[in-house]
Amino acid sequence: MNKPRLATLWLDGCSGCHMSLLDTDERLLDLAARVDLVYSPLVDCKLYPEAVDIACIEGAVSTAEDECRLRSVRERTKCLIALGDCAVTGNVPAMRNTWGTDTVLRSVYLEREALAARIPTEDLPLLSDKALPLHTFVKVDFFLPGCPPSADTIFSALTALIEGRSADLRLNTGFGT
Amino acid sequence: MTAAQILTLTIDGKHVSGLAHETLLQVALENDIAIPTLCCLEGLSNQGSCRLCMVEIAGTTKPQPACVTLIQEGMVVITQSENLRTYRRTIIELLFSERNHICAVCVANEHCELQTLARDLGVDHISFPGRYPALPVDASHDRFVLDHNRCILCTRCVRVCAEIEGAHTWDIQGRGIRSLITADFNSPWGQSTTCTSCGKCVQVCPTGALFEKGRSVAEMLKKRPSLPYLVSNRTREQQ
Repeated sequence: MNKPRLATLWLDGCSGCHMSLLDTDERLLDLAARVDLVYSPLVDCKLYPEAVDIACIEGAVSTAEDECRLRSVRERTKCLIALGDCAVTGNVPAMRNTWGTDTVLRSVYLEREALAARIPTEDLPLLSDKALPLHTFVKVDFFLPGCPPSADTIFSALTALIEGRSADLRLNTGFGT
Repeated sequence: MTAAQILTLTIDGKHVSGLAHETLLQVALENDIAIPTLCCLEGLSNQGSCRLCMVEIAGTTKPQPACVTLIQEGMVVITQSENLRTYRRTIIELLFSERNHICAVCVANEHCELQTLARDLGVDHISFPGRYPALPVDASHDRFVLDHNRCILCTRCVRVCAEIEGAHTWDIQGRGIRSLITADFNSPWGQSTTCTSCGKCVQVCPTGALFEKGRSVAEMLKKRPSLPYLVSNRTREQQ
């Protein structure tokens, strides 16, 4: 039997959810033996491949590029997991939604006596006006809230999905904490 | 009230009894039947506004709030059903979408009743779009802060201030979704002439809306005062 093809993606988040995945420590070896990690910030692969079984996405959708990547991942993936509070609710990146991106950028880069006061634009995707959770744009199959979700939570979720036990998945995780 | 009248009823298939002046919620709790609540707090009047304690009663078409429904002889009550669970999850999701609740950076993280209820009821995302309202934070008081972003308008603070402390500093201004907790006649908390700085409102607040100044993320552990104990001691002193 072919191993499930796993991908992880990092949108507007702090990478803490990926750190939590790495926190599964020695169990990473079990995971590695049971899946093919085909795309991730942890592997050197530039393009999102076809026919992925499970994708874990960390971070909110904050730019047109994020949205574009998310939509293409959805098209090529069977099971999409919103990993962590930013992907699930918008969380910290969505704190700018109240005031608008322009106001926040001006406040941070221009109005705080910065050394070289300018809003960085070079080689960076333009921030959308709002940072939004994944399910605003695409169908999400599983939500794993937590900031970050614990290593145990991520490991249990991935193991259950690999073994096809996803229907009764009830994880001890919630917003924050 | 005449001599205590004992009534019998069925809750979740269990035969239970209670006194005629007791509510469904009280009788359920006495019998270890858990019903989720948010605005209710022992020792304060019940206003039945959060709607989390809604239960189904045989013979009525609409769910009823257990905290303000008195028991009746022969009542048949269901506290857990798929419909009720859906209503309760929806209420929690609406509360989250209405204001800016960002658990990860909240003073009440890990000590918040809204956060705990979301977890217990299996709310793993918010299906409604967030409103992201621009709400003020009142830090004018020497010791305490009011953050409207985290307020769910349960009015525990209003009731504890009026009913237990007797100051009635807090009230609600505005209507519907634009309602806000307000001190005196909409003055900054620090300039309130009625506030005694007793801090009861802070300790009964279920979320991070009211907290002690200087607390950082996850540091605001509330010390729930035993309100019935306070009231009974005071009543004894007055006699």
